Amino acid sequence: MLGEGILKGLGETAKNFAGSFVSKERLTTVQYPEERIAPIENTRDFPFLVYDGDDKMAGLRCVACQICEKECPPKCIYIVKSTDKKPDFVGKMQIYPARFDIDISVCMSCQICVEVCPFEAIKMDTEFELSTTDRFGGLLFDRDHLSKSNEHYHKIHPTEAAEVDARLAEEKAKAEAKAKAAAAAAAAKAAGAAAAPPVAPAAKPAPAKEPGA
Amino acid sequence: MSAAAFKTYRPPVMEVSEEGDELLEVAMGPHHPSTHGVFRMDVALDGERVVKLKPVFGYLHRNHEKIAEKASYLAAMPYTDRLDYFCSLTNNWAYALAVEKLAGLEVPERAEYIRVITAELTRIQNHASAIGFLMQEMGASGTPLMYAFREREKILDLFEELTGSRMMCNYMRFGGCRVELPSGWLDKVKTVVAGLPKFIDEMENLLTGNEILMARSQGVGILKPDLAVNAGVTGVMLRSTGVNYDIRKVDHYGIYDRFKFRVPLGDHGDIYDRYMLRVLEMRESVEILKQALKDVPGGPIMDPKSKIRGFRPKPGEAYGRIEAPKGELGFYLISDGSGNPYRYRVRPPSLINLTILEDMCLGQNVADVVLIFGSVDIVLGEVDR
Amino acid sequence: MKTAEEILGIIQAALPDAGVALVPNPSPSAQHSLLVAPASAVAVASFLRDDPELALDYCSNATGVDWPGKEISEKVKVTKLVEGVETIVEETVKRVEPGYLEAVYHLYSVKHAHREVAGPVVLRMRTGNRADQVQLPSLTPVWRSAEFQEREIFDLFGIVFVGHPDLRRILMWDEFEDHPMRRDYVDPDDYEYEPTPHDEVLKRADIHKAEANV
Repeated sequence: MLGEGILKGLGETAKNFAGSFVSKERLTTVQYPEERIAPIENTRDFPFLVYDGDDKMAGLRCVACQICEKECPPKCIYIVKSTDKKPDFVGKMQIYPARFDIDISVCMSCQICVEVCPFEAIKMDTEFELSTTDRFGGLLFDRDHLSKSNEHYHKIHPTEAAEVDARLAEEKAKAEAKAKAAAAAAAAKAAGAAAAPPVAPAAKPAPAKEPGA
Repeated sequence: MSAAAFKTYRPPVMEVSEEGDELLEVAMGPHHPSTHGVFRMDVALDGERVVKLKPVFGYLHRNHEKIAEKASYLAAMPYTDRLDYFCSLTNNWAYALAVEKLAGLEVPERAEYIRVITAELTRIQNHASAIGFLMQEMGASGTPLMYAFREREKILDLFEELTGSRMMCNYMRFGGCRVELPSGWLDKVKTVVAGLPKFIDEMENLLTGNEILMARSQGVGILKPDLAVNAGVTGVMLRSTGVNYDIRKVDHYGIYDRFKFRVPLGDHGDIYDRYMLRVLEMRESVEILKQALKDVPGGPIMDPKSKIRGFRPKPGEAYGRIEAPKGELGFYLISDGSGNPYRYRVRPPSLINLTILEDMCLGQNVADVVLIFGSVDIVLGEVDR
Repeated sequence: MKTAEEILGIIQAALPDAGVALVPNPSPSAQHSLLVAPASAVAVASFLRDDPELALDYCSNATGVDWPGKEISEKVKVTKLVEGVETIVEETVKRVEPGYLEAVYHLYSVKHAHREVAGPVVLRMRTGNRADQVQLPSLTPVWRSAEFQEREIFDLFGIVFVGHPDLRRILMWDEFEDHPMRRDYVDPDDYEYEPTPHDEVLKRADIHKAEANV
């Protein structure tokens, strides 16, 4: 019969139409922005800097090594190193970024900066509703805007954050163990030196002569 | 003579035909709903019949090859996502394959299985979208397209969970894959794959016996096999003419030899054959997926010899190619020992498949030009790079 | 599929005057190429396509490569008169090795596709220099797939293909002057976009500001 194929097709369409009233699978439209789909955990949008604890500056993990700046494909990261140092999570004194800008109008969310960072300092955020009306700087994020807490990281990527925390805790434990072993060795050496009789006489203090006196 | 002295020459299109009527020169595009992107065709018409057709493109030219020369090997990987933006994972695989040939890296087995699974999922969603867009151009205003997109969303959700992004995946690395599979991902893939045969059956019920589709596409845009081979056409276009050339079977790259799958071939070389071929290839991809998902081995996903940062392959060159959903996607790399490629060339299947667009369209009605062009299945990101 | 040396032997047996040489490829891919003299390129290409055993009927990829000239300084021993005595003195001599443009073609066989796995047959052609001797014969009459690709090589590198049916720019617009893929191409900075303002971009902006104020 001529038209049989078209009628079969119309039957399919009618099934989908009627089915969209009764089954969830047929009605796939989500009325955004009133309804939203739950974000998938691994999704990546734009980078952010992680800080531990409450203080943005004291807990910032980034040490301005500039590896992410070099590896970034569209070169959207701009870092200026600081001139002084601050202690990091292990206690070692590290420099920190005085300026850390990411131009998210250039950033292509490739995640290479996250992949190459040796300090777990930069991670991918999941926020995408970032449009702004400010043309000259509204999409240029500076260090304060980019720094978000570790709790935020746990909220958006729980599995990944748990892994990162486990790794950092392991590193910290290793560093502490090493420090303790070094301290014990130094203490043993000092004790050994004290047990032996004092050989060198106490140095005579040089008389403090006033110049011209 | 120097290249600068060679004046660029535009061949004349307006000419007087034998009957003494003037030809009508129409520029179809670049702003056109059916040209799959910014693409222009300068068509000379005698009434409704096409007398001459010159494709004009370059509107999306970003000089991707020069960007990759300035960037390192790793930094060129996210740019390959943006070539054929529907099928980013196969683009990544082609580039990784070329670099692995250049540097002599070996890919562990688990990574090969993941590559095959993601590539076949990509092929399914690309062919579904291609059929949907072809139907859209035929006038079906979006219904088959939306059915295809409904399935595509499920596959894109899988990609988002694995790689972090729906389309710009940036997942393959030289010597393996970037990240381990999340827990439960393989089960989700199995669920999606289990639902795919029903979707393909639904598409076939809707479209294959449809008289309008058959009337508009059978006998239209015929391509002969000798011309296809000589013009470098690959992929579904070549197989629709009857030439048995599927790079998965010819080059034996990856672990495709372990899977039993057939290569569908066409008889007539017209649009209907290409549509049927895409449907049949979707079914074959489902077969490959079922076999691959059964026994994914454990183990590492990266070659331990490869480096992420500071990757410097020894000087030399290599050409690596895969069967991308659009055709043969090849990468030609010349290395001079530094961290940036000296020459980085993408062999785009969409551009080469357009070589015979004029030959297929001559003598046809202008309404069929849109259909023939849609059946070539191009993506401008790849044509222009 | 035969190795590059075997194919070289076959070509030299059939066309003894063709200037074909082997260019080895040091990488693990072992895809050696054949350097063909431009005068005999079309004859070699037709032979490769029509030979029933090789049947290389599918030109997969045609691309250009730019090899800019190199300045080489060598230490040469010269006899010179130093204070009346002939001594051998070492001098540094600088010479410029001229650069050239290259067209590379990758060929496969569809007719014998299912024989064995092999790499592609790679053909290379080199121009005289990068300035005025940039002509090469077009292989489009042999393999139609080279049509758009040779147009692209002309557009982006500047090699003029003699015998191409329709040689004009393909990716850049027709009135464009330069050849973007050459190694010495400088992109113009009168763009209409706003790049991230730091380093080189600011330096160029300062130059423009100075010019505007003058």
